[in-house]
Amino acid sequence: MSRHKLVKALDLDEELDDFDGGAESDYGEEIGAEDKEQLRVGTARVRDVLGPGVSIRDREIEDSLWHYYYDVDKTVDYLLGQRTNSQTPKKTKKQRTAAEVKQPDAPINSTQDWGTGDHITTSDTFSSWAAPFSTADFFSDCPWLNIPGDRHGDILIEPLYPRGGLLGGSSKSDGAPKSKLAALAAARKQKEIQKAEDGQNATNSAALLDKLIGKPRQLKPDGAPISSSGTPLSAITEQTVKEQPRKYPRRKSKRLESPEDDQPAKKTSQKLSCSASPEIEKPPEIIPTAGPSVFAQIIFGAPAGSQQHEVYTSDRYMLRPDTYTEFDFAGPSPDDVVTKAQNTKGPTKKPVKQPPQPPSGDQGVNAVAQSVGNVTIEEPLVKRKNLDVAAEFEKSKPKNAANFVVIGHVDAGKSTLMGRLLYDLKVVDQRTLDKYRKEAERIGKASFALAWVLDQGTEERNRGVTIDIAMNKFETKTTSFTILDAPGHRDFIPNMIAGASQADFAVLVIDASTGNFESGLKGQTKEHALLVRSMGVQRIVIAVNKLDTVQWSRDRFDEISQQISAFLTSAGFLAKNLAFVPCAGLTGDNIVRKAQDPHASWYTGAPLISLLESSEPVTRALEKPLRMTVDDIFRGGVQNPLSVSGRLDAGNVQIGDTVVIMPASQTATIRGLEVDSESSDWAVAGQNVVLHLADIEAKYLKSGDVVCPPSAPIRCVTSFTVKILAFEHITPMHCEVHKGRLHAPGRVTKLVAQLDKASGAAVKGKKPRLIKPGSVAKVLVEVDDPIPLEQGGKVILRAGGETIGAGLVE
Amino acid sequence: MRLVKQAIDRDGSGTITLFPEDPEDMWFTYNLIRPSDLLRASALRRITTESATGSTSSTRVHINLLIRVEKLDFDTQSSQLHVSGRIVEETKYTKVGQWHTLDLELNRNLTLEKKDGWDSVARNLVKEACDPAKQADVWAVIMQEGLAHLAVLTGQRTVLRQKVEATVPKKRGTGKQGDHDKALERFFQTTLDTLLRHIDLSANLPILLASPGFVAQAFLKFILETATRTGNKPLIGQKGNFVVVHAASGYLHSLNEVLQSAEVLAKLKDTKYARETKLIDTFMNLLYKDDGRAAYGPREVEQAVEKGAVGRGGGILLISDSLFRAQDVATRRRWVGLVDRVRETEGGEVRILSGTHESGRQLEGLGGIAAMLTFPLEYLDEEDGVEDENALPNGDTNEEKT
Repeated sequence: MSRHKLVKALDLDEELDDFDGGAESDYGEEIGAEDKEQLRVGTARVRDVLGPGVSIRDREIEDSLWHYYYDVDKTVDYLLGQRTNSQTPKKTKKQRTAAEVKQPDAPINSTQDWGTGDHITTSDTFSSWAAPFSTADFFSDCPWLNIPGDRHGDILIEPLYPRGGLLGGSSKSDGAPKSKLAALAAARKQKEIQKAEDGQNATNSAALLDKLIGKPRQLKPDGAPISSSGTPLSAITEQTVKEQPRKYPRRKSKRLESPEDDQPAKKTSQKLSCSASPEIEKPPEIIPTAGPSVFAQIIFGAPAGSQQHEVYTSDRYMLRPDTYTEFDFAGPSPDDVVTKAQNTKGPTKKPVKQPPQPPSGDQGVNAVAQSVGNVTIEEPLVKRKNLDVAAEFEKSKPKNAANFVVIGHVDAGKSTLMGRLLYDLKVVDQRTLDKYRKEAERIGKASFALAWVLDQGTEERNRGVTIDIAMNKFETKTTSFTILDAPGHRDFIPNMIAGASQADFAVLVIDASTGNFESGLKGQTKEHALLVRSMGVQRIVIAVNKLDTVQWSRDRFDEISQQISAFLTSAGFLAKNLAFVPCAGLTGDNIVRKAQDPHASWYTGAPLISLLESSEPVTRALEKPLRMTVDDIFRGGVQNPLSVSGRLDAGNVQIGDTVVIMPASQTATIRGLEVDSESSDWAVAGQNVVLHLADIEAKYLKSGDVVCPPSAPIRCVTSFTVKILAFEHITPMHCEVHKGRLHAPGRVTKLVAQLDKASGAAVKGKKPRLIKPGSVAKVLVEVDDPIPLEQGGKVILRAGGETIGAGLVE
Repeated sequence: MRLVKQAIDRDGSGTITLFPEDPEDMWFTYNLIRPSDLLRASALRRITTESATGSTSSTRVHINLLIRVEKLDFDTQSSQLHVSGRIVEETKYTKVGQWHTLDLELNRNLTLEKKDGWDSVARNLVKEACDPAKQADVWAVIMQEGLAHLAVLTGQRTVLRQKVEATVPKKRGTGKQGDHDKALERFFQTTLDTLLRHIDLSANLPILLASPGFVAQAFLKFILETATRTGNKPLIGQKGNFVVVHAASGYLHSLNEVLQSAEVLAKLKDTKYARETKLIDTFMNLLYKDDGRAAYGPREVEQAVEKGAVGRGGGILLISDSLFRAQDVATRRRWVGLVDRVRETEGGEVRILSGTHESGRQLEGLGGIAAMLTFPLEYLDEEDGVEDENALPNGDTNEEKT
């Protein structure tokens, strides 16, 4: 598009905008009667709103009204904002208003304005600020040899620096949401300015108010030009001239906001090098000293008062009040303006790339540096709060929390049962389940939909088998539960061990359908039960599942109960810690609600959920040294590149703690902490936590590692004696040592002694050459690499895919 | 290995000249040579001469050296054998008593004279080594999520070539599965890269992929997909060589189970390691019966042999070859004597198991020696069992593991 067209297409409002800027010096005369009327009415309304308690001079109100185009609300906002600020900035701001009225707009307008409008109406004063780096222009408004002191400093700083690549857009200080960063920078800036101003005032040493209010003075003329209606032209001209010293800083601020100034960051030329602002395309060069064009003279030569108002109502002008506040330094700093502009205008330069901002001087640089720092570098500054975690825990009056592991033979319906439980408790919504159902149907496993609630793995779903422990939370009125859904398949028993090691009690799921119970009993039903028992689980709820397939036969249920009960008591469970419930996971009978099948009416006991709730709270070793077996290592998110999850076995932990990861012996800092997926400042034994670690590398972490306090690290051993209950024959042999998630290859190197099952004393006589299943013995185990183990630690030994024994480390 | 010349007298003294042909033969040689034996082999020796003016010049010469062996060093990974000792025969360049380390090379003759004569075990070893029926190597990848062991099974040994470890995040609720899948894929990629670095695809060897669960299957799928995607023709060509087997865990000792699986047996039929594995399995089962027909541990087995329980009609002595590698001549003699006795006097069977195979290591766990007895013997080893329990030269076996 040609520039001429562009110019033609220019908004008349904009043109006129400029014009009234130009007309500023003598606007007092031009203020129309209706304006006055409006001002008067507006002032009255503002007074109303402000109430009598607020002492603001009429002039101030009128002033503001004028700027806000009789928008009472804004005016009030502004005035109140002013009052909250200290007096000094308020006053300084006021002085600026006169010139200000025009200035913010001028640069926004088209080139013609620059060349023409200003010069027609105003004197050289305006051209001087239009070409900021021209020294001649700069001083043109000053009395010869009488350059105000404040300008000296500005000269030194300003012209030398390249303009920052600020994108335009005015900053809105009033009500517009600011970024934190912007607010921070603004606050800093304001502080600085205030300081500077205070200093200035101090040097002047005169009574501040006097100065500010009084007659026009060299430094601080009280120029509320609009309100001073009827001020003779000469007075105002004088005022502006006098004002020039002040104008300079103002100009720089203004330039920061003006859109066209954003781009020429690279240009260090003294001319105001303009560039294409996104909104208004301007020719790259503006020669402010050029005389007004004929066109402009015609246009701006005789402005009409009525036109002014229309001009003021243009959108562009509406932005102006912001610049006021800007000068007041209550608003965002130039940097914020940039940031904001970038946010609103889409992809532009990054603030990081901006050169230092001359107008704001050091503080500008600081602000930029700070903003850069804030944006890019997250200092891992972790403060320890030195909480007494045990006391905090007492205070928090936690709900009963219980972890339970769901065990049983493969395909007993563990996952489905738990899926049903979660579904019936509305932890999983209908929609999700429908989705699962649809997907499951698609791969021909419709009956697995409920299990998919827990089986999230791709492989798990494709194969219809749980592979790894699934952790899910749900709460009842009294207790918050964590489900650990264990895989039943024998290949994944190591995973099941990991889950069981975190459990307080167990739910044993038994497939009641014909044949499956029997095969399960031989298979993992027994092994799992023995495993959880040897890992310290005392209480077990037996869910006799799939009873719907045998028409809720009571005989079947009794038969199973009897057998399982006999087996479990022989395995060391107390009869009172066993509870049986007949149920059907697929249909949901006796899970949360009572069974609806009439065949099941014989069962009068509670459904599964009530049995779960009757679990007794577990006492936790809160005061012992911290022990947490790392269950999983993962990327916790952008903020937390390295996180570990697990359950606190003992002790407590809080943010900022330094911990040692064994066996790597590497220290780490806890920079964040989550308890049951909610961030927390501390955690205690028994809770499932995620620790976000800092100051450690992932290569030092392995699942199965133990997190301990540096003061009491766990010992790592390569050789240890275990008092073991043999599940299979044990000879000196290769085996894997499991402890929670930890598994390590090792060997039984020596059968130390056979122990008497009842008394625990070593059986006299010959050294054992073979430990038979079911007997207790003391064996020496060696592992290749050191593993963290403590006395009393519960280990499982496995070989050839079978558990050969479980025992206590001595 | 080729037997070039054998000159052994009736009393066992004499020399044998051997011609090693492939790396595996070095292993035999390592087992054959003992300290204080005399070894003649070609050597590359640097000779430094000093002229009358005092300037020195150094040249490398190929000579045949005869040394009295003092130390052996076998590198399992590269199958190189270094034998150091003192020169016992003067040559043009060397004097008696100088030290030299022979780096035994393939395709060069070596002549060995045993200090204490050639015993039956040594002679059998030579016989076995020179058996022309070559056994193909087998690659095995024993893996589980985040852990893989790459091993090569040769006729005599199992060599762990590389261990791959990776952290694979566990499943973590909805939407987080990507992490797990991605990490698993990365783990597969690493394992495959490592495998390809070690393996010579043109050799067309069977590759066992063993794991608990579905990891091995997923890995095979990954291999084939990757091969297709990258157009890796040699790898696609290996398709038929992959055998997916179940293993209880990703640790190397699961290899035992792998080697007993029907799939592997069908492929490998009558290899030494398959036989050994079977044997040790039989023994274990016998031991579990606990009817007194299985004995293990040096003392116990010796007693059993003394009592004639390892004799005709099913008596089998299992002994790890590492026992014969004892530095101490007397110890070696003890085991050779035992073997001879079982074989000749008692008429039982003797199986020498390679200590580097998993089966052999299992045997080593039992003290390196075990026996299946023809009749039950109760309460062997009643009074003194402790002293001898660790007859196994431990340092020796550990060295093999790497």
